[in-house]
Amino acid sequence: MTRRLTVRAPGIALRLDVRTLWVSGALLITAFAAVVFTVVAVGIWLPLADIVEILQGGGRRADRFILLDLRLPRVCLALLTGAALAVSGAVFQSLSRNPLGSPDIVGFTTGSATGAVLSIVVFGAGPAGSAVAAVAGGIVTALIVYGLAARGGGSVRRLVLVGIGIAAMLVAVNSYLISRARLDAAQSAAVWLVGTLNGRTWQYVYLLGIALAVLTPPLLLLSRRLQMLAMGEDSARSLGVPVPVSRLSLMVLAVAVCAVATAATGPVAFVALAAPQVTLRLTRSPAVQLLPAAITGALLMVLSDLVAQRILAPAQLPVGVVTGAVGGVYLAWLLSAQWRKGNG
Amino acid sequence: MTSAAERAGYRPPQARVRARGGLTARALGLLVAVAVLVVVAAVSIAVGAKPIPLGVVWDALFADGASAENVRIVIDLRIPRTLIGLAAGIALGLAGALMQALTRNPLADPGILGINAGAAAAVVLAIRVLGVTSLIGYIWFAFAGAAAAFLVVYLLGTSGHAAASPERLALAGAAVGAALLAVTNAVALLDTTTFDRYRLWTVGSLAGRDLTVLWGVLPFILAGTVIAVALGPSLNVIALGEDTARGLGANLDRTRVLSAVAVTALCGAATAAVGPIAFVGLAVPHIARALVGPDQRWLLPYSLVLAPILLLVADVIGRVVARPGELEAGLVSALLGAPIFLAVVLHRRIVPL
Repeated sequence: MTRRLTVRAPGIALRLDVRTLWVSGALLITAFAAVVFTVVAVGIWLPLADIVEILQGGGRRADRFILLDLRLPRVCLALLTGAALAVSGAVFQSLSRNPLGSPDIVGFTTGSATGAVLSIVVFGAGPAGSAVAAVAGGIVTALIVYGLAARGGGSVRRLVLVGIGIAAMLVAVNSYLISRARLDAAQSAAVWLVGTLNGRTWQYVYLLGIALAVLTPPLLLLSRRLQMLAMGEDSARSLGVPVPVSRLSLMVLAVAVCAVATAATGPVAFVALAAPQVTLRLTRSPAVQLLPAAITGALLMVLSDLVAQRILAPAQLPVGVVTGAVGGVYLAWLLSAQWRKGNG
Repeated sequence: MTSAAERAGYRPPQARVRARGGLTARALGLLVAVAVLVVVAAVSIAVGAKPIPLGVVWDALFADGASAENVRIVIDLRIPRTLIGLAAGIALGLAGALMQALTRNPLADPGILGINAGAAAAVVLAIRVLGVTSLIGYIWFAFAGAAAAFLVVYLLGTSGHAAASPERLALAGAAVGAALLAVTNAVALLDTTTFDRYRLWTVGSLAGRDLTVLWGVLPFILAGTVIAVALGPSLNVIALGEDTARGLGANLDRTRVLSAVAVTALCGAATAAVGPIAFVGLAVPHIARALVGPDQRWLLPYSLVLAPILLLVADVIGRVVARPGELEAGLVSALLGAPIFLAVVLHRRIVPL
């Protein structure tokens, strides 16, 4: 039996699961600690006192540059993209009722990869150009997949299968382009495909922050419907949820959230898949909740970037390499611990 | 007039699992498919950068009439290539069908158990650490990597008292696969030479393999095929759901272990021989299911015959369209298979797994 806490205020009543609350709190504190550690200790040591001084407008010029222009935008971007990817994964896993669900289902990630690889390999685009091409490619692909699947009634299962087919063709195109391109172009395309936070400035943070500020409120408003849809479309319908409208708007919002994150960093692997699954197991709740998943995603991304910068220093790994390793190993450990106890 | 149950999307079980066509129709269809496969194999020997008429092929094999050059092309290049395509196609089709039956997940391709990720990681490490450069040198590393990855996934999926449920295997495979992909990326992205070789391996191709490759992987493919075909009836019982299957006295654990062993042998061997061509294994069982329904006793043989057709046709097209160069079979099979797959998915009622 889960314990719940009821919060009442004029015009609002929230029932909150106690375990979810303290798990979220613990995750937040860990994420904060990871952020502070990243800012202080990755690379040249910046003592906390200096950081406080810099934030108040003082400090040496070199230190100011390191903190304000390198470390802070990077860690902020890590938090935002991690949270965004986790939320989009949580929405798609709930909608498809498949633990492997992610925006990949509608071909978004593969489409954005095709856009970016085309722009880099064929047109020699830089970071900004490839970001635009990626988002365009992803959205066009998602529209094609949805359009094809909708003709047959638009069930999620059909969507999944159509997505697989379209994605397979695009994967072939991507690996063709990479195998035939000049080696340096192929390599920068490969780095983009893995996803990296290297060389990201405040501009990226501002744009992503604004986009998420617009997209998050409607997602949170729809999250109750999402939990009902996660029980199956028939049950949701009988509970009075307008299924097609809710499903479509949730998918559009989730793809948009994923698109802005992809534009900022490239398609960072595994956060969308792992964060909701890890959250589900930590909170032991029956359905994925968006906010705890977002916190997990942000934490996963910050920790991964910490490892990516330090593990082979001075060589800087793209963060996407490490999210797979950190997320994969942690999820594996979590699963085996849970299964050894005989749950799930 | 529809009942409330039907409006809610419920269809009676008979309608859902009804097989397509009668026994004769399905047997005839299989026969036609085998005939097509034979034709495709013959075309694969005859067509290429230098077209060789089938009469000359015959002479090269059984008479003395052909020129030395033609004999060399047929015996040293075309026939090994065709046989490898045949073996790899069979392996991929069966592995995909088994995977989908085992996990009951439409997203399941042979790569889902971390097999392709394990093979890729092993190949990249072999290139980087041991300096292996030849395609044939990759084979045993790919195979060892595939088997090791699968072992980890399976041990993880079966930890605790319960057996490996489909969802567990899928999740464990995704987690292990992600970690291995990270290794692959880290090695390939930090070293230009490794990246250059890896990007060519990862496309998947039938070119440049000789018969030693075939003899190396053939025992695994044969063993896997025998196990897979023998498992058909047990997999049908599993499809009824875990509890029902137990109630009917099925030995779920044995079926799952055997299927998993067969998938590893088949998919590991195919990946070792031709590189990671996962889509054939994913698409063909879906196409076969649309043709013959969910009965594994028909689904497995159909997958076994249709997959090499797709792979060989893709290889032949790849040789013809980009003369004098070629497009890899891994590319063409996806570009060719995906539209068929989409047509099947869009125009047929989807058969549940």
